[in-house]
Amino acid sequence: MQSRERVDKRLTNGLALGVIWLAAIATVGALGTILVYVFINGIGQLTPTFIFGWPHGVNMEGGIWPTIQSTIYVTVLAMLIATPIAVLAAVYLAEYAVQGRLVSTIRFAADSLASVPSIVMGLFGLALFVEGIGMGFSVIAAALALSFLLLPIIVRTTEEAIRAVPKYIRWGSYGLGASKWQTVSRIVLPSAMPRITTGVILAAGRAAGETAVVIYTMGTMINAPVSPLDPGRTMPVHLMLMAQEGINMPAAYGTALLLVLMVLGFNLTARYIGRRNRRMQG
Amino acid sequence: MIQPLASPATSLSPNFDNSDKFQVRKLNFFYGSFNALTDITVGVKEHAVTAFIGPSGCGKSTFLRCLNRMNDLIPGTRIEGKITLDDNDVYAPGVDPVDLRRRVGMIFQQPNPFPMSIYDNVAYGPKLHGVRKKSELDGIVEESLKRANVWKEVKDILGRGGLTLSGGQQQRLCIARVLAVEPEVLLMDEPCSAIDPTSVQKVEDLMAELKDRITIVIVTHNMQQAARVSDYTAFFLQEVAGEPARLIEFDRTASLFTTPKDRRTEDYITGRFG
Repeated sequence: MQSRERVDKRLTNGLALGVIWLAAIATVGALGTILVYVFINGIGQLTPTFIFGWPHGVNMEGGIWPTIQSTIYVTVLAMLIATPIAVLAAVYLAEYAVQGRLVSTIRFAADSLASVPSIVMGLFGLALFVEGIGMGFSVIAAALALSFLLLPIIVRTTEEAIRAVPKYIRWGSYGLGASKWQTVSRIVLPSAMPRITTGVILAAGRAAGETAVVIYTMGTMINAPVSPLDPGRTMPVHLMLMAQEGINMPAAYGTALLLVLMVLGFNLTARYIGRRNRRMQG
Repeated sequence: MIQPLASPATSLSPNFDNSDKFQVRKLNFFYGSFNALTDITVGVKEHAVTAFIGPSGCGKSTFLRCLNRMNDLIPGTRIEGKITLDDNDVYAPGVDPVDLRRRVGMIFQQPNPFPMSIYDNVAYGPKLHGVRKKSELDGIVEESLKRANVWKEVKDILGRGGLTLSGGQQQRLCIARVLAVEPEVLLMDEPCSAIDPTSVQKVEDLMAELKDRITIVIVTHNMQQAARVSDYTAFFLQEVAGEPARLIEFDRTASLFTTPKDRRTEDYITGRFG
């Protein structure tokens, strides 16, 4: 009886391990396959003329520079709008608000906002900013719509970063006669800053890759926007249109590869900041 | 320096006289509806070391945190009774706990340097309270680190992160940080339970040096430590789980450890429980 039990235990243990392994391999494999596939198909396209040139013909030939510029512009602008609001909201939620029904309602609202399909956010941006306020298809309309998408993401990561600052470090500050705001601004926020930065950068990656929101708010016009009221076409939108037409698939893969590299760059930066910080504080 | 006790310590008569730095009368402490401490009456003598001892969960740390109102930071806590510091009610309306905590500094069980340089850790308090001049800050930082017995080890690495130090050095850095705001009282909540023996020695030495200028209250698990460092000892005990803890006995350390008046104190210090 006892020996049979031991065999069963070993068997289930081995099975569980196998299944867990498979799941892990599937996850890494999915990422690897996508990266390799995009890389093989796109790498041939990555020439200086492609990256820094303008498109011509029906905008399917030539380079993609204006779409890169539009992407960076709208991402930076969206981050500038969303980050300060989100960080302050998170400080309020984590440090000041009396924890109770109201705060959990706000948190639930933030979570729900984060799960609104981005196409709905795009339609909302079209109705409110583009048409309602009359901004037209523009970088600013897209940045505002994107910031709705980013707000809850940054709020949650910032709130978690603030909560992760150990209580006893705050106590150290209070114990020296520091006020709440002194403690929050001089100890808590600086301590949480690497994790906040990580969250913000990951959100930037999300913004740069967003398609549905920007297509309805910024339009599809090939343009190198200067004023925030200028329209433009971001890389994901360009990619979508090219893939839709199917005239120049290599260029679509080239754009995809650049976009993936950009977002990957964001993620690696975030990871680096997170690690460097852990070393410094360890 | 050490004044004689005004009255013999029993649980009914006051354990303090009017010259005491802190005077605590009939203190009750509540976490929500739970009465954690009851009927604590005790004094803290100026320029002496007072130790609070007792088994885990006996409320000695909670009581310590009443003295500088750190418990205010925990929602749902409240006190009844009266605590005075230099005859001023600590819990009176209009008393800003922020000002109180500047006068009554605190050292925690876990060394908690801020994630900044050694220098900035010590300069943090003075900067909060308006010291801006670099030369003045330099002086305060050096003086405080010296008084905390850690200057020799860190004087060449002041720009390095406080968290790169060893646990014991971190704790002395935290003591320096508190000394930099020149508190009148130093509350130490098990300051030696998370550090190495050499550092324990140094912290105990510096307590003896500091008490000329500062009143010290230490919560400790370690009875030998209480016997070594303190002039007065208070023994706390929660006799029944779920019931509030009480102050069982308060006396000069020498008397409490050699001739305890209460049976429960004797049982505790002879190691019969806890």
